[in-house]
Amino acid sequence: MRSHFDEQLALLNKELIEMGALCEEVIALSSKALTAADKELAKKVAPLDAKIDQKERNIESMCLKLLLQQQPVARDLRQISAALKMITDMERIGDQAEDIAEIVCFLDGRSAENDDLMREMARATIQMVTESVDAFVKHDLLLAEKVIADDDIVDAFFDQVKSKLIKKIGKEPSDGEYALDLLMIAKYFERIGDHAVNIAEWVIFSVTGVHKEE
Amino acid sequence: MSNIITIDKLCLWYGSQQALKNVSIDIPEKSITALIGPSGCGKSTFLKTLNRMNDLIPGVRITGSVKYGETDIFDVATDVSELRRQIGMVFQKPNPFPMSIYDNVAYGPRTHGTKGKAKLDDIVERSLRDAAIWDEVKDRLKKNALGLSGGQQQRLCIARALAVAPAVLLMDEPTSALDPISTSKIEELALQLKDKYTIVIVTHNMQQAVRISDNTAFFLLGELVEYGATEKLFSQPVDKRTEDYITGRFG
Amino acid sequence: MLNGKLSRKRRGYIALMRTLMYACAALICALVLFLIAFVLVKGVPNISWELLSTSPSYLKERIGILPDILNTVYIVIATLFIVLPLGVGAAIYLTEYAKNKRFVAFIESAAETLSGIPSIIYGLVGMLFFCQFLGMQTSLLAGAMTLVIMNLPTIIRTTQESLKTVPQSYREGAFGLGAGKWRVIRTVALPGCVDGIITGCILSVGRILGESAALLFTAGFAHALNGIFEGLTSAGATLTVALYVYAKEQGEFGAAFAIAAILLGLTFLINLAAALTQRYFRRKKAL
Repeated sequence: MRSHFDEQLALLNKELIEMGALCEEVIALSSKALTAADKELAKKVAPLDAKIDQKERNIESMCLKLLLQQQPVARDLRQISAALKMITDMERIGDQAEDIAEIVCFLDGRSAENDDLMREMARATIQMVTESVDAFVKHDLLLAEKVIADDDIVDAFFDQVKSKLIKKIGKEPSDGEYALDLLMIAKYFERIGDHAVNIAEWVIFSVTGVHKEE
Repeated sequence: MSNIITIDKLCLWYGSQQALKNVSIDIPEKSITALIGPSGCGKSTFLKTLNRMNDLIPGVRITGSVKYGETDIFDVATDVSELRRQIGMVFQKPNPFPMSIYDNVAYGPRTHGTKGKAKLDDIVERSLRDAAIWDEVKDRLKKNALGLSGGQQQRLCIARALAVAPAVLLMDEPTSALDPISTSKIEELALQLKDKYTIVIVTHNMQQAVRISDNTAFFLLGELVEYGATEKLFSQPVDKRTEDYITGRFG
Repeated sequence: MLNGKLSRKRRGYIALMRTLMYACAALICALVLFLIAFVLVKGVPNISWELLSTSPSYLKERIGILPDILNTVYIVIATLFIVLPLGVGAAIYLTEYAKNKRFVAFIESAAETLSGIPSIIYGLVGMLFFCQFLGMQTSLLAGAMTLVIMNLPTIIRTTQESLKTVPQSYREGAFGLGAGKWRVIRTVALPGCVDGIITGCILSVGRILGESAALLFTAGFAHALNGIFEGLTSAGATLTVALYVYAKEQGEFGAAFAIAAILLGLTFLINLAAALTQRYFRRKKAL
């Protein structure tokens, strides 16, 4: 029964996984461009983000069509409404990654002086995104909970970067612009982490029907 | 909200075949309770037990208790006529009598002893208004009821049931034989009526159950599988069988 | 593609069959017309007002069939008076109340059997039971009782059929409103089958008019002119019996044919009444 509906739900799942993969790719690319100060790499981010935006539009219209045609209830309804919310967060991740890449171009070859810290932060954020997409694919509640907990780590990193940059501005006020650029990059990473948390929360909703409110 | 009908371990057999297995449920008053389930699951049988319409079928055996208020409806001393006055019924296919519209609505009151033209006129008008059909028929009360459209006939049947001032209205798939516009008129009517009456409605249409009911009971093969607030049952059903049925993944 | 024409042999066969069928139909029509014409031709000239309004008198050498007409009327009334409540009541019981299906089937097959028994046997039984055993002697009443038994199956059957055409949903609706069983039957089921009862009535009247053998044994063939109560308790000939008596025993074929013509006319009227009644009720129901 409803094999047509099941096929469409499977297709929706596949599209979401692909969008998730694109998010992982785009954030990994931006972070590599940052740590290697590679402008060419950075230029590759924008087209990827465009793909992510397109995916968002596709999946959104797919969801609306399913809501109209199939009048889903219970777990079907949860799956479709979670999908609608997740694509928003994933699309924002793409935008955030593009913003980072833009600043990297702007930095024009200057390598990040907060290298280790920024690299750590980038790595933690990438892991959060990867794990949130994984949690969605495998319907893994424990993994989703881990992502939500890991956000504290990324937030802590952000605080550390902020203090370091404040000290740096204090020491070299002339180089303030560079410091602020780095701060913005760190902020973007932090927000990507928040979006990854949202995705994890929607994963939990689609499985249990309970949406976690902090 | 108190419970107006309480059913405890109700079992019913048609001859040797068991149609209801240990059904226990409480129907809260002045609300709409929907009964859903696949064909042959016992929901209509259950409904007809509540006003003892199953008495009309030979070979029916019942155990367990059904309490309307404080009285056990199967008690030998129960006045079945009065029970059916207080628990009215609307059937799947509209069944107005081959009489005038007025006589149709007045049939119930006359059965229970109401006499006097003025009184009956009053009751007829009130019932037709409550059933949201007064304006359409007020100029042809003496015309035969069979001349009305399907949707109008069903609303007439509702008016006829309301004429005896019941406390509970049982509706057995009341809109399954009607077009979408008549269906939505009757759904609107049910929502208005629940302020004054308790409504128990059997429906095959799950969207209808979601739209209008406060509580939903899911029946399967004679058993009550799950019963709860409609919103919860349809968004987070507890039993897998319920989820399989409402998502249409049923065999 | 289909081949257009059938073979000549086939066409010939079809034409032959068709001709034979037309011939049969024509033969039947001819027979009926002949019968009617014969009776009318021989009978109508003998119908006079004198015949219809007087009773026979040896002194005046006059034949009058007024007593016979009255006897026929009395017996029709008496029979209907008894068979209607009995038959309709039985039908209501069988359709609405009886629970044991085998019992109902038994009664129904008994009724069917009854209606197939040759009427002269009824006459014999009626004579022994009503006239001698119950002491009614040869009388119109005994004849009426015999006719009751003969017509009971018809009334029961037509009433039952009519009751069955009333949809069960009407009854359910009435029960759902708290009506008791008798009220449901009286207000919902019976009004719907009035037409069936009337049709059964008319059919019965037709049978009563045409009955002769049974009445010969039970009602006798007197020609006394009586009022209804006296008539019922004494012997009397109905029109059919009178026809037999005049033809066979008195050799008055003129009178016999006159009665025959009258009976033919009455039969025609009865059938017409039945058809009109059915049409009237059908129109009323169709709305």
